[in-house]
Amino acid sequence: MQAQVPILEAVSLVKVFGESTALDGLSFAVAKGESLGLLGVNGAGKTTAMNLLLGLTTPTSGQVRMFGLDLWKHRIEILKKVNFSSAYTNLPSNLLVWQNLVVFAKLYGVRHPKERIEQLLELLDITHLRKSVTGRLSAGESTRVNLAKALLNEPELLLLDEPTASLDPDIADRVRKLLRKLQAETGLSVLYTSHNMRDIEEVCDRLIFLHGGKVLAEGTPGEVHERFNRTSLEDLFIGVARGEVAAIGIQP
Amino acid sequence: MPFSFNTVSALVLRYLFLYTRHPVRFVELIFWPLVDLLVWGFLTVYLQKQGAGAFPTAITFLIGAMILWDVMFRSQQGVAISFLEDVWTRNLLNVFVAPVRTVEYVAATCVVGVLRVAFTLVILAVVAASAYQFNITSMGLALLPFLANLILFGWFLGMISTGLIMRWGQAAESLAWAVPFFIQPLAAVFYPVSVLPAWLQPIAHALPCTPVFEGMRAVLSGGGIPWGSLQSALLLNLVWGSLAATFFALNLRHVRKTGLLVKVATQ
Ligand SMILES: Nc1ncnc2c1ncn2[C@@H]1O[C@H](COP(=O)(O)OP(=O)(O)O)[C@@H](O)[C@H]1O
Ligand SMILES: [Mg+2]
Repeated sequence: MQAQVPILEAVSLVKVFGESTALDGLSFAVAKGESLGLLGVNGAGKTTAMNLLLGLTTPTSGQVRMFGLDLWKHRIEILKKVNFSSAYTNLPSNLLVWQNLVVFAKLYGVRHPKERIEQLLELLDITHLRKSVTGRLSAGESTRVNLAKALLNEPELLLLDEPTASLDPDIADRVRKLLRKLQAETGLSVLYTSHNMRDIEEVCDRLIFLHGGKVLAEGTPGEVHERFNRTSLEDLFIGVARGEVAAIGIQP
Repeated sequence: MPFSFNTVSALVLRYLFLYTRHPVRFVELIFWPLVDLLVWGFLTVYLQKQGAGAFPTAITFLIGAMILWDVMFRSQQGVAISFLEDVWTRNLLNVFVAPVRTVEYVAATCVVGVLRVAFTLVILAVVAASAYQFNITSMGLALLPFLANLILFGWFLGMISTGLIMRWGQAAESLAWAVPFFIQPLAAVFYPVSVLPAWLQPIAHALPCTPVFEGMRAVLSGGGIPWGSLQSALLLNLVWGSLAATFFALNLRHVRKTGLLVKVATQ
């Protein structure tokens, strides 16, 4: 019964902005405990998809279902069990880290905010930043604080839009390992967008290669590049970005 | 309609942290109102001396008008600036992806408006009483419904300002300060509606704050509680409240459709 219902279902999502079509009938599902990557070049539609899934933008047509419920009919109920972090949002820069986390813990109705915050600060190795001014953190520190916010409500589904975009390779690597660990320990489902192959290969069980708002390919990281006769995911990515893949005439 | 006070209090807490961490924010709540009070206060003193009895003592209504105007302005600012704080700090998306209903978000900004009003009002009342012998409580019990109506209208103007800023982006953020002043000339703040040209008077009478300012002058001139004015103010507020809520909701729907919500939040 419940076990079969995907955590997240995107059904034929279309998003048209004026003249341009950002998403052109995107459909996919995320199963419980699964980590799905949305990979694609700049402008492929990754952020647009993310925003539709979070109810920040309304689709031109199509439907978003989470936990078997329609997003727009059960938005609040759904958002309680979901969380989000992106390189493009911040927590209020003028507050201290703990103040921000307290506010969001209360917003998400976390039962024991103090304990939960301490636990997350420790997990993310940022206990020493508790009293820092949020706006003065380095990119790596602020990514981890954003992640702490995104984990406050013990989400069943975590949506991450380019979470490693502004990180140096060392911190990016740590964030990826941490996500892997979290997934293993909590059975968390993750939807992860990136234009970084490394991210996707390391964090995701399965990926969707998005191009021009459509699914170009879908499968495990290994399957996808092989299917396109490319030596690696990176090689496939470059092919798509330069328009070579279409020229080779490969079909998913 | 489902509504969570916990959500509202969490959002208000965010603004309280902001104000207590940055005491400089209180300057805005003290400095500008005080400057206004000094200008109108000394003008009143001057007019009283010049008039040598020609002006009734009710000339103090200029000070009363200034204080009541500021109540409405602070209330509007609470709503509009709180929204801008979230835009400026790129926090808006965090709030919109949290389980926060739109009414709860707006309600939190309204609470911030009331807190700002309370803070400024106390300071202005004390200074006006000690420097100009203007006692705001001389308006008697009518003062409470006056304040309530002005705070309500301030909220609604705030929601209209926020709706405009959402739609037009940060370039339009000065509207947060400008919107109340668009209506000030017509709101009969410092002079009665009767001095306006006949064709402008209907517009003045469509604003919920107009009967409040007219009522204030009546009270300060020794009249009783102007029930008629209060009733008009309340009725007009009901109309404006529905219009402002509709305007806000339509704009929110529009920016969700066009992607402007994300744009204004991440630029
Ligand atoms: N609010 C918007 N208005 C108009 N076009 C938009 C808007 N948001 C995104 N787009 C367009 O939609 C396409 C997909 O963008 P986006 O989802 O941000 O891509 P990605 O995140 O994969 O880089 C791009 O062509 C972009 O210019
Ligand atoms: Mg993007």
